[in-house]
Amino acid sequence: MSSDLDVFVGNTTLIDEEVYRLWLDGHSVAEAVARRLRGGVLEREGTSVAVLQSDTRDHYRTFQMLERLLHAPPRLLQQLLFQIPPERQALLVQRYYAFDEALARELLGKKLSKGTKKELDEFDNFKRVFKAVEELRGPLAENIQQLFLLPPPLARDYAAIVFFANSRFETGKRRLQFLSFGDFAACAQSMMGHWSQGALAPEAAEPDGDLPKSFLQDLKELKVLVSDKDLLDQHKSLVCSALRGKISVYNELEANFKALSRALVNVGGKLTHARDVRDFFVDLVEKVIEPCRSDKWSLGDLRLFLTHYTAAPRNLPGFRHQALWERYMAAITACLLRMYHD
Amino acid sequence: MPGKLKVKIVAGRHLPVMDRASDLTDAFVEVKFGNTTFKTDVYPKSLNPQWNSEWFKFEVDDEELQDEPLQITVLDHDTYSANDAIGKVYIDIDPLLYSEAATVISGWFPIYDTIHGIRGEINVVVKVDLFNDLNRFRQSSCGVKFFCTTSIPKCYRAVVIHGFVEELVVNEDPEYQWIDRIRTPRASNEARQRLISLMSGELQRKIGLKVLEMRGNAVVGYLQCFDLEGESGLVVRAIGTACTLDKLSNTSAFLPACNSPSKEMKESPLVHAPSHGCRSTHNSPIHTATGSRLTQNFSVSVPTLIYTGMGSGSAGKEGGPFKTLLRQQTQSALEQREFPFFTLTTFPPGFLVHVGGVVSARSVKLLDRIHNPDEPETRDAWWAEIRQEIKSHAKALGCHAVVGYSESTSICEEVCILSASGTAAVLNPRFLQDGTMEGCLEQRIEEASPPGCGFCHIPYDELNMPFPAHLTYCYNCRKQKVPDVLFTTIDLPVEAVVVGKGCLIQARLCRLKKKAQAEANATSISNLLPFMEYEVHTQLMNKLKLRGMNALFGLRIQITVGENMLMGLASATGVYLAALPTPGGIQIAGKTPNDGTYEQHISHMQKKINDTIAKNKELYEINPPELPEEIIGSPIPEPRQRSRLLRSQSESSDEVTELDLSHGKKDAFVLEIDDTDAMEDVHSLLTDVPPPSGFYSCNTEIMPGINNWTPEIQMFTAVRVSRLSNINPTNQTLNKNFNDLCENLLKSLYFKLRSMVPCCLCHVNFTVALPEDELVQIAVTAVAITYDKNQALQANKAPTEKSQQRASTDNEEQLQFPLELSSDPLSSQPFSPAKEALEGASSHTGIPAAQRDRCNSWIELIKLKAQTIRRGSIKTTTSLEKASPLAEGYLRHRSVPSGTNSTVSVVKMTPLSFLPGAKITKYLGIINMFFIRETTSLREEGGVSGFLHAFIAEVFAMVRAHVAALGGNAVVSYIMKQCVFMENPNKNQAQCLINVSGDAVIFVRESELEVLPVQPPAAAPQPTGSAGDVTT
Repeated sequence: MSSDLDVFVGNTTLIDEEVYRLWLDGHSVAEAVARRLRGGVLEREGTSVAVLQSDTRDHYRTFQMLERLLHAPPRLLQQLLFQIPPERQALLVQRYYAFDEALARELLGKKLSKGTKKELDEFDNFKRVFKAVEELRGPLAENIQQLFLLPPPLARDYAAIVFFANSRFETGKRRLQFLSFGDFAACAQSMMGHWSQGALAPEAAEPDGDLPKSFLQDLKELKVLVSDKDLLDQHKSLVCSALRGKISVYNELEANFKALSRALVNVGGKLTHARDVRDFFVDLVEKVIEPCRSDKWSLGDLRLFLTHYTAAPRNLPGFRHQALWERYMAAITACLLRMYHD
Repeated sequence: MPGKLKVKIVAGRHLPVMDRASDLTDAFVEVKFGNTTFKTDVYPKSLNPQWNSEWFKFEVDDEELQDEPLQITVLDHDTYSANDAIGKVYIDIDPLLYSEAATVISGWFPIYDTIHGIRGEINVVVKVDLFNDLNRFRQSSCGVKFFCTTSIPKCYRAVVIHGFVEELVVNEDPEYQWIDRIRTPRASNEARQRLISLMSGELQRKIGLKVLEMRGNAVVGYLQCFDLEGESGLVVRAIGTACTLDKLSNTSAFLPACNSPSKEMKESPLVHAPSHGCRSTHNSPIHTATGSRLTQNFSVSVPTLIYTGMGSGSAGKEGGPFKTLLRQQTQSALEQREFPFFTLTTFPPGFLVHVGGVVSARSVKLLDRIHNPDEPETRDAWWAEIRQEIKSHAKALGCHAVVGYSESTSICEEVCILSASGTAAVLNPRFLQDGTMEGCLEQRIEEASPPGCGFCHIPYDELNMPFPAHLTYCYNCRKQKVPDVLFTTIDLPVEAVVVGKGCLIQARLCRLKKKAQAEANATSISNLLPFMEYEVHTQLMNKLKLRGMNALFGLRIQITVGENMLMGLASATGVYLAALPTPGGIQIAGKTPNDGTYEQHISHMQKKINDTIAKNKELYEINPPELPEEIIGSPIPEPRQRSRLLRSQSESSDEVTELDLSHGKKDAFVLEIDDTDAMEDVHSLLTDVPPPSGFYSCNTEIMPGINNWTPEIQMFTAVRVSRLSNINPTNQTLNKNFNDLCENLLKSLYFKLRSMVPCCLCHVNFTVALPEDELVQIAVTAVAITYDKNQALQANKAPTEKSQQRASTDNEEQLQFPLELSSDPLSSQPFSPAKEALEGASSHTGIPAAQRDRCNSWIELIKLKAQTIRRGSIKTTTSLEKASPLAEGYLRHRSVPSGTNSTVSVVKMTPLSFLPGAKITKYLGIINMFFIRETTSLREEGGVSGFLHAFIAEVFAMVRAHVAALGGNAVVSYIMKQCVFMENPNKNQAQCLINVSGDAVIFVRESELEVLPVQPPAAAPQPTGSAGDVTT
């Protein structure tokens, strides 16, 4: 005797976390039932496979109906169709938007606006979030949190993904493989935090996902630090005198200062051209991190160096861009320190 | 012109996209009442229109107010073609027509379309100004209150219980063959919804008039049903109990009979030793072509029903002068009534004096032989006949009244089975008449019927019993006689003394029937009915004994007719009444005693049965103290007398008389195994699996033996349709299939609700339908209530329990999740108690504590942050929005997605008349809703299951929205009266009709009442106050 129709509807919608996870992972009903069986639910509850199948189907149907609402979580909270306690709603949203960092790492910097990649739910989430916030002003992470009701850490990760998708940074090169999603997300956060309009003037007109044009334009002014030979020499001597005896790689620093400084300044100067923007992380790794690493700088050395390197131009006669410089270097420093590992 | 209805259309939200080109909608609203229609302006290009209309005023008489529903239609304006309907909302304004209920209806209503389901929401405010009616001959009955609850509602006192009211209205069904008609199903389904809404209003008004005639002011236990007769029409009928109710000024002073009913239940260890009363008839007057009636009357069917030599007036000489006096008074009080019936199942203390047993009557009718199908007369006559039957059965049991009375139908093509059943009873006349003999009898009744056992004492004449029954002296008071088994359709009286816990007992039965036409069909059904009743009864009796119990409450026997079979499903709650004797066991007797292996088999079976009984006694904690026989001094005649339990294989109704050999006069039940069928029956007895540990179930309001409910409840509806796939089905295979279907469904429910353990499924209500050949549909509605295992069986609450209860109370409260991301900073406050509660509830939810905390705190954080969000801080995408002031509203929706007004209030639903741990402070009116949903893309909507799942969820949502708009936070006595599902997979089509009802109420947590010692009915948490009021 087969059941053609079999439904269970509660006044309070039942959410089974285990089944939700199986559904999110893309398992079919049959696969989900098989996995639940392996989990030993049959023995624990003394029930039958048929019951398990019926239960799984019920949950899957519920999730399918909820999915439309999960695409715009505030609607989940406002809708009348399903009565779900708030902590369950939060769980539904949080789990729905949780993603695999390995996958996110792979997608970082790729275009999200078009349906490129495989038909992955997570990718759909990225696209949906991207589409929803790309036109919005104000802090990206907060906008995402508002529109998708995500917990702040998750919202920040999404902000990073959107930020990378907007700026199209290259992350796939082999020499960047040692960097994790978390590293890039932290960098994105620092860059948005220090460089974006929202960080300075909340009413600014551009979305945070894009770095402000005027700021990037201004960065060209900083080139004077490496193009003016006097300034470069003075900068070097200020930093070196400050660090003498305090840093284990003093000799190496002295030898490489000019190369390092050129790399650090030029990375910023290139950000106005979309093509060069792509190379931002590649340049940092190739021209700063790798040389330091081969000279066996410790993380402490790098931190100390960057601190003094950023502070020194204040005392350079004729350098009028200290504020801009510090704003620029704040993010660069944060990125480098985060990325400086094996 | 005694009334003015005022309607304001405020706003819409989440409307569907009606214009594909712009991805937007130009919505406007038509507001229709009676023949008057108003329209709002078109609100262009928005999915969240803000109409903010003027007050539309309808000046109408109150008859119209009662009959008509308010119809709100949302449309999409189209300049070039006809406007497209988005969907509709029907609002029953009846709750606004009496003073003590709701004063305003205000809130978000789902916009419903029969094809698309819910399509967004609309915010509506409705008010009524009533003028005094000077017309003496009025046709309206405004002011009569209606309650679905089958007991005296919590905040009222019954001054007089007048009795039975019934009414029936008939109309042509706009569409009786939906799938093959030329008219679009959508049009006719909408016509149907409108018509039924109208008919319900009319029916209620007419019943109200009858109540006024009886000088009552309320109807309690109001049950309204639809009969979709097909071509002969659409019948809406209702029954109820007219009462005069007094509002209690201070609810806390009066402890309502059932507020937390179990608290008042005592468990007393008493007892043990023997019968039941049960009568039923069944007749089938068939209207022949010439219109003459062909009546086949056989008063028969249940084992006990042999009442040879019964005089109609068994009103006894026995019982002394007092009993006679009482009887005379009751009689005089009741004899003024045509039908002394009461739809109540729970009664004020002292109302119920004695219970005689179940009375039932059925009759088979042919719908295509109705002379004037459009007139109600024929159906009225049918029901009158059945009620007469019931009345005479009650008389035969020495009773003048029938309580727990209900009526139902089952229709298949042109055949209709009408059924009525109830419990014969003797009532205290005090409640039945104004002021008569108040006091004078009261005292003596108390004396004569000791609390806890009085209702068990037989009302009939011991020397002239209506059926052979085994009587003993009451095991409680030892003064009066009691039967050995008692069957009733009512709830367990609160004062009843029980041993152990109760349990759900079901009897299930299928009977094949030849496909036939007209009279032949009706006759064959008529012939089968007595056998079905007999077998259902036998099964119930066997299963009751197998559980070591001696009484059934809430018995409901449903006989469903299909093309080629009949199905019987009886549900009841078994219990051990301390006043009744301990049931004997079940003995199996073989027929061929000389066969060695056979004997062995028999003894094996016997052992299994004995083991099961022992196990059940342990499971249900049935440990009555053993009483020596001498103390009881009962005249038990021949303790081990065997009586054959005849199987009803015979086809001829003549043999029915043999069924006389009933279950009376014996200790042990003897099952004689005379063929393989009988063997299978014994096997099937043992297949009922007890619920998994931590679960109990019952079909009554309260679970006997459990009284420490926590406030967590979960109401649900489950529906299954199964194909009986046998090519050559026999009664046995069908029985097995049906049995498996029910057992699997129960198993599935236990599994679903496993996180609520320990819990009890209360008011488990099965409904069986046979939509097509070989298809069986079972719908179950019930509520799961958790209870506190550690606080078992304590009548008074310890302080510790209170604190525990509070924790879980708050846990529920947190469902009221204020999502106002904007506005005042105080709004974050509701979270703090919720957080605490989460910890308390961790055992239920199963979410790791850390995770819950995180969820909670970040929601809080979002809320706090949101307060700082600047309005309009969003870059607009279209120039139009930037320019127009409308854009502001639109932007606001985008920037603060959760809107200005987004608290979705929690509405609890329960089939019970109460909410555990809570006090009902106000009844807001009856909810009676009828919906049709159809689809022409069944596969795309997830097949039949996807379709029905969505529909049931939508029905719940619409009920909740209406309750919330009335200012309520719960529906009690909720019932799904009909769920008619039809599919045509070849055409990718399906259709479903659902009819639900209940009472909208405001409840307050008992824990909150303690905080506020002054009874605050007005200060009740009206979640809709915030949800409904639109402050724009």
